[in-house]
Amino acid sequence: MNTNPYQPWLATIDDIQEEVGGQRAIKTFKLVFQDKNIQNDFNFLPGQCTMVSLFGKGECFFAISSSPTQKGYIEVSVMKLGKVTSALHECEPGDVVGVRGPYGNSFDVEGWQGKNLVFIGGGIGQAPLRSLINYVVDNRKEYGKLDVIYGVRSSKDLSYKQEFAEMEKRKDVNVHLSIDVEEEGWKKFVGFVPAHLLRVKPSPKNSIAITCGPPIMIKFVIQNLEQLGFTEEQIFTTLEMRMKCGIGKCGRCNIGNLYVCKDGPVFSYKQLKNIQGER
Amino acid sequence: MDRFVLSKEKTPKFITEIIAKYNVFAPVENEGITLFKQIKNPSEINLEFSNSKVPPKALLFKQTETLFKFTPGVKGKIDPMDTNGGKTVVFGIRPCDAKSFAILDHVFKGDYEDPYYLTKRENTILVGLGCTHPDVNCFCTSFDDGGPVSAEYVDVLLTDIGDKYFVEVKSDKGKHLTKTMNKLLIPATEKDGKKKNEVEKKAVDIITRHTKTDGIVDKLDKIFDNPFWKNIAIKCLGCGTCTYLCPTCHCFDIQDETTMSEGARIRVWDTCMNPEYTLQASGYNPRPERMNRVRNRVYHKYNYYPKNYDIIACVGCGRCIDNCPVNIDIIDVVTEAGEVKV
Repeated sequence: MNTNPYQPWLATIDDIQEEVGGQRAIKTFKLVFQDKNIQNDFNFLPGQCTMVSLFGKGECFFAISSSPTQKGYIEVSVMKLGKVTSALHECEPGDVVGVRGPYGNSFDVEGWQGKNLVFIGGGIGQAPLRSLINYVVDNRKEYGKLDVIYGVRSSKDLSYKQEFAEMEKRKDVNVHLSIDVEEEGWKKFVGFVPAHLLRVKPSPKNSIAITCGPPIMIKFVIQNLEQLGFTEEQIFTTLEMRMKCGIGKCGRCNIGNLYVCKDGPVFSYKQLKNIQGER
Repeated sequence: MDRFVLSKEKTPKFITEIIAKYNVFAPVENEGITLFKQIKNPSEINLEFSNSKVPPKALLFKQTETLFKFTPGVKGKIDPMDTNGGKTVVFGIRPCDAKSFAILDHVFKGDYEDPYYLTKRENTILVGLGCTHPDVNCFCTSFDDGGPVSAEYVDVLLTDIGDKYFVEVKSDKGKHLTKTMNKLLIPATEKDGKKKNEVEKKAVDIITRHTKTDGIVDKLDKIFDNPFWKNIAIKCLGCGTCTYLCPTCHCFDIQDETTMSEGARIRVWDTCMNPEYTLQASGYNPRPERMNRVRNRVYHKYNYYPKNYDIIACVGCGRCIDNCPVNIDIIDVVTEAGEVKV
């Protein structure tokens, strides 16, 4: 293995899925390491992140959006926003990128066995949840009831459409999709994610709620989860910050004394309440 | 610890012997500013200095360092860099700056070892120079350990005791460096030791500025949201000098630099005083105001770092005080923070 943590391994873009178009386009990149041994040794758990680089443009820290149960590749879902992500969106299959990681902690997929899981995602925040959801679905019998709540601005902004269509066919996963503003032909929920959560009304009994999305959404989702009776130990989220190193050295992703890259990105609401620091 | 004396007359010979085997960096004065530079001849050194403008941290954690080279674009070709900077001696480092390496080690070690810093650290021997004339803003005695003439964090410490240097050989690295120098290093007598203690006491007494660091971690926990920080930050210009000249600041940026055919991934010192430091691509900034950034600097050193590594990330060198264009004074900040009523 590589002993220099700053030096990425080479990976080829095997496939690109266009999830969402428009100004804030989202694409999912399927990456395969050029070295088979690296590919086999790249063991990660849902929630963990990876640093992807385009040589000459720079690096970005992304949640791995594929599940570790999907072998032979990793996927990252990238919103076109800054310099590196815009350049990534110009890439084509066959292009080579740098990948290092996996970094950070993960969702407690072992500790949550036997529990009911409620996933509450908004927009691009669905990327880390997708890894966890697919992991749980692939290990379906290990977990209790599953509720997947996912909201986007409009039906055009839905990521992972095909996967949601498959999941909606299953009897053992409850999928609750929503859009913010009414649209012709949309028969599902219309409104913001926190309101949708109250409508779905998951029981806190033996449950864990995992949420990721815009900060304002997370804030109200947590409020509503507490209203439903979820305790701060039952609520988890995954955070992001501007990052450069991904390994707790470059300094910028701290919330108080914790680094999101290495002590996170997954935090319980209980932990977050007790950390003093900007986020 | 082995104790010797080295006559001032023979000191150039001592340095010459080191230069023969090592890359030697030492304080060199140029137009009134002392900096650590590589020397080829002992005559280049200026040992009559208070401290260098830029901390010798820059020798191990470089202001700009190439992490690796690559071919730009999507073909993917990486050329690793040799992280070994060769066998090096930092001659004349002050005890405070030597301590900063012990502090920085915590960050660069850990689960992901930083080969650029650690390889140089491993290959570097610190020959300290006791600080017999501490400067006006020095406050190294405000911390649990160290002090102006402390050998704690160096491999060898030289202390000026008049016509000779008192030489303390602290570590295996120090022993290795000095083992062939028995013609120059004479075992110290009790009288030499006494003289050294006198010099040390005098140096400690010269230091008049102090801040109370006991209990500062807990105190800062209680005043994070206090308006005190707004008052402290009100005059800050955000220039970042305090961080660039700090021997314990370790934050960096990583950037790709390219020409048409060549590229390099480069690490450069960065500063938490800069708003872009935490600015996210979405436009959101978790530390949007100067207050957030000034507070982060103080907390990083006096709260976050001790929480993570059990050591305050400040050595009391006084550089941030000496060089702040608007006289923000970390001694006053920490002292006043301790006095804020909660």
